[in-house]
Amino acid sequence: MLEIREIRKAFQGVEVLRGVSLSVSQGDVVAILGPSGSGKTTLLRCMNFLEKADSGTMVFDGASYELGRIKKKEAAEIRKKTAFVFQNYNLFLNKTALQNVTEGLTIARGMPRREAEEAGRQALDKVGLSDRYDYYPSQLSGGQQQRVAIARALATKPEIIYFDEPTSALDPELTGEVLAVMRQLAEEGMTMLVVTHEMGFARNVSSRVIFMEDGVVVESGASREFFDNPLQERTRLFLQQF
Amino acid sequence: MSERLWQILTDSFTKILIPGITVTIPLTVISFSLALVIAVIVALIQFANVRVLKQISRFYIWVIRGTPLLVQLYVIFFGLPKLGIILDPFPCAVLVFAINEGAYCAETMRAALESVPRGQMEAGYCVGMNYLQIMRRIVLPQAFRTAFPPLSNSLIGMVKDTSLAANITVAEMFMATQRIVARTYEPLALYLEVALIYLIFSTVLTRLQHVGERYLNARSGQTLQ
Repeated sequence: MLEIREIRKAFQGVEVLRGVSLSVSQGDVVAILGPSGSGKTTLLRCMNFLEKADSGTMVFDGASYELGRIKKKEAAEIRKKTAFVFQNYNLFLNKTALQNVTEGLTIARGMPRREAEEAGRQALDKVGLSDRYDYYPSQLSGGQQQRVAIARALATKPEIIYFDEPTSALDPELTGEVLAVMRQLAEEGMTMLVVTHEMGFARNVSSRVIFMEDGVVVESGASREFFDNPLQERTRLFLQQF
Repeated sequence: MSERLWQILTDSFTKILIPGITVTIPLTVISFSLALVIAVIVALIQFANVRVLKQISRFYIWVIRGTPLLVQLYVIFFGLPKLGIILDPFPCAVLVFAINEGAYCAETMRAALESVPRGQMEAGYCVGMNYLQIMRRIVLPQAFRTAFPPLSNSLIGMVKDTSLAANITVAEMFMATQRIVARTYEPLALYLEVALIYLIFSTVLTRLQHVGERYLNARSGQTLQ
């Protein structure tokens, strides 16, 4: 469904991604692990065009795109089939929970308001926030905000959801409620690409793991294999910390 | 207080208040509305980094903020007729006040736009919105919320600055007062009286500012103060 080949990205001469390739099939839950500064977040941001990659190829739904010179219009089309969950939620601060979810439906996709609100309420119900439709982000806890963000992602019926360290800004108690929602999505077959430091999630929920360091993929494979039988010395060292 | 002075003050009150309502307030409202339009456009040009227009915007702000308002009024009203451009006093005042206040408000708006977290824009793109949709529905409303108190400040400042228009023969409150002073020779009492009327105008605006802030806070889920 989605494939990335040899993606490269440098910031002011410093190479952050040095030729990363990966592929995601429908229904996959792929965890991207790695120490800070390994390029995980940049990879995800390049894949959704929040950063412009220097070079590399993306194959999305059979169509191939050169990431170094992708057109705005093409990027916008791909974005409409994807969703992104940020580390710090990035809910629209001037919109209620429900409006946060419907905005992408009514404004970006031209869905009638009534229909969008129905879909918005369903999405919020799904993440357990049926009593928070009209709350503003400033009135919600971090965990609730992140669940609204997940509802916002779900409502657009994306083919894949990118998660950028979705629980890193949350305290342990709130982390659980967000992970529970993500686990539920995984069980329902949602395709997800998750940058995370949650080893439990990577081991138990994700189907595959990609381990990155210094802008390259060190090792990747099925979760069980990866955790029980890491092939690379570097991977072993990394896993020992947990 | 002598009976004569009291008589002068009560007689003059409406004579000062009426040009206040018919000239000072319209002059302020029209000029400030135009200033806001200028400010938003100039701020957006800078925020979006439009190449040549951005330099023009910076030049405009530099010149206007670097020269006195009174001098600007004189250049346009007394200077431009030399080039054959003659404006009536009132439109001339509106033009100068709008251009002048526009430069200051543009800086307020620019700062407010820059204070909106970058992630708001990114989140907008990620739900499929385009630049204009994000600006209109997400970034500008938040920037307005931030800019509201300093813009209110500018508005209150402008009410008082309109007294400068007396210098270019606009018959507003201050000029009305000057005329009465010339007739009655009671400068202290009458200038204090017009000061009081300006104070009333400013107080009303300050109250309106509080109401506005409460409304905006309620709409973003902030607790009322």
